[in-house]
Amino acid sequence: MITIISEHLPALQVVIPLICAPLCVLARPGRAAHAVAAIGAAASFAIAALLLLEVSEQGARSYALGGWAAPWGIEYRVDPLSAFVLVIVTAVAAVVFPLTRASVEREVEAERRHLFYALLMLSLAGMAGIAITGDLFNLFVFLEIASLAAYVLVAFGRGGRAKLAALRYLVAGTVGATFVLIGIGLLYATTGTLNMEDIAMRLPQVRQSVAVKSAFAFLVIGVAIKMALYPLHAWLPNAYAAAPAVVSAFLAGSSTKVAVYALIRVVFGVFGADYSFARLSVDWVLLPCAALGVIVGGVAALYQRDVRKMFAWSSVAQVAYMALGATLASAAGLTAALVHMMNHALMKAAIFLALGGIAYRTGALGVDALAGAGRRMPLTLAGFVVASLGLVGVPFTAGFVSKWYLLRAALERDAWLLVAVVVAGTLLTVLYAGRIVEAACLRAPHPAAAPRRREEAPLGVLGALWLLAAASVWLGVDTSLTVGIAERVAEGLLESAAARWR
Amino acid sequence: MSLSGSWYHIAVVLLMVTGLYVVMVNTNLVKKVLGLNIFQTSVFVFYIGLGKVEGGTAPILAPGFTHYANPLPHVLILTAIVVGVATTALALSLIVGIHRAYRSVEEDDIEGEERSAADR
Repeated sequence: MITIISEHLPALQVVIPLICAPLCVLARPGRAAHAVAAIGAAASFAIAALLLLEVSEQGARSYALGGWAAPWGIEYRVDPLSAFVLVIVTAVAAVVFPLTRASVEREVEAERRHLFYALLMLSLAGMAGIAITGDLFNLFVFLEIASLAAYVLVAFGRGGRAKLAALRYLVAGTVGATFVLIGIGLLYATTGTLNMEDIAMRLPQVRQSVAVKSAFAFLVIGVAIKMALYPLHAWLPNAYAAAPAVVSAFLAGSSTKVAVYALIRVVFGVFGADYSFARLSVDWVLLPCAALGVIVGGVAALYQRDVRKMFAWSSVAQVAYMALGATLASAAGLTAALVHMMNHALMKAAIFLALGGIAYRTGALGVDALAGAGRRMPLTLAGFVVASLGLVGVPFTAGFVSKWYLLRAALERDAWLLVAVVVAGTLLTVLYAGRIVEAACLRAPHPAAAPRRREEAPLGVLGALWLLAAASVWLGVDTSLTVGIAERVAEGLLESAAARWR
Repeated sequence: MSLSGSWYHIAVVLLMVTGLYVVMVNTNLVKKVLGLNIFQTSVFVFYIGLGKVEGGTAPILAPGFTHYANPLPHVLILTAIVVGVATTALALSLIVGIHRAYRSVEEDDIEGEERSAADR
């Protein structure tokens, strides 16, 4: 029994959340659906952790779906990068889904709660599939599964605003996914295969053709839309601000990271660093976009009155950091991008949970309305402050590690402008996170506000938020988990590309 | 490379550009969804064109035939069409919800209402 499970672990990583989705639909009362979702998310995390352990010791593992051998069949390829991303996504799910029942009960009507949980599981299944698949068209399919579930999840928010944000997200996301589809079609036309490793092997013979260059452009832009890389970011702030708190926490912690993973996989895994950067000079496009994203995201965050929108813009800036690290295409740069993926997932999920918890008790969504919230819910705000410190990149938090590697990567290339951009972005983060802390902790509450008795965020939300914040501090102190894996992955990505093009 | 041999590529490009133009320029939400559909259709035509083999018959093994059309692009496009249908259904149901909330499906009217709601 154990051997059967361990043999099919890669398939189970996707199948278990996928099966939980219809089970959630059938489990009518919201509590039963919540239980199914909690168990499914925990099981997914366990599988991802097992896969990461196995791959760290024994190297990459290939799984032929249905027994059909690659490149004809769909191959799930678990290598350290995929396992790392799987752990990130399932960890966020495993913390957020079980512990946020109170928040879901507040924001989703009773008759629809089981559908809400089903969609959360579908989104998790889609993202797990993106991370684990080794087939390019399968990547598109899972991308669409995850995206469609995300569109509906955003639409669960309050009022027409949520539906409008969901529609705008849908239009942008569908254009992006269709671009990805065009790129896949062009690659299939020139190489005759859909398997990523196989394409990478056959690409050298056809790399001169315009079709391959177009495929590269379509794929990169399509994934950039999904990732909300500036200037293709417009859908994200409204979507994350209008969605229910649990949805913002989960999506902010996972969906953009998976898109960054897809970008890294396509640029380094399929096309190779040599082709992408030396011949096609994609860094001339991506670096300015990423740098602008950091600055624009930070400045826009500063001017927001809605706190959720503020941190959604912050996500735009943080994704730009990851793109910056990946585009620098050095060991330090890729390490920075990967470490930041893990850190940002934990910190941003914690922040959105904290904001959701505050809104649960005070109904406050504006920065000014937060006044005095710190006195009412000190533990919640304390968790928020810890997570924000991580976002800023204070030493002994996980954010510091990723900023350190990013600066190292920029200094290695003597890119002083990028160093300035990273520093400026950090200062902007201090400013806008500081606005929240100042409003909540240092300002007196409105006299007309509710009585100042202490009332924390719902217990589960508080626990989840502290778990994530504590994890981000622990990862800042003991970096062996994130940096150890990230460095190995970065070397693997750069080396396999070099070996291929020799 | 003859222009007559690539007529369907030209059709693909025309559909693609038309679809994208409709999505970008139209302010009516339903028309945006239509534009999205046109854009996706162009991709379908592109893929199906990839599968055509000169002198090939339907891809079912039969005695006496050696050339078959490539079945893989057809399979890929069936998947993509289903994804497109689901996306369109979702988009339209979202538009129904938006209409219920804002009493309009024109972006200008909706944005006007949003702005006045934000100022209130």
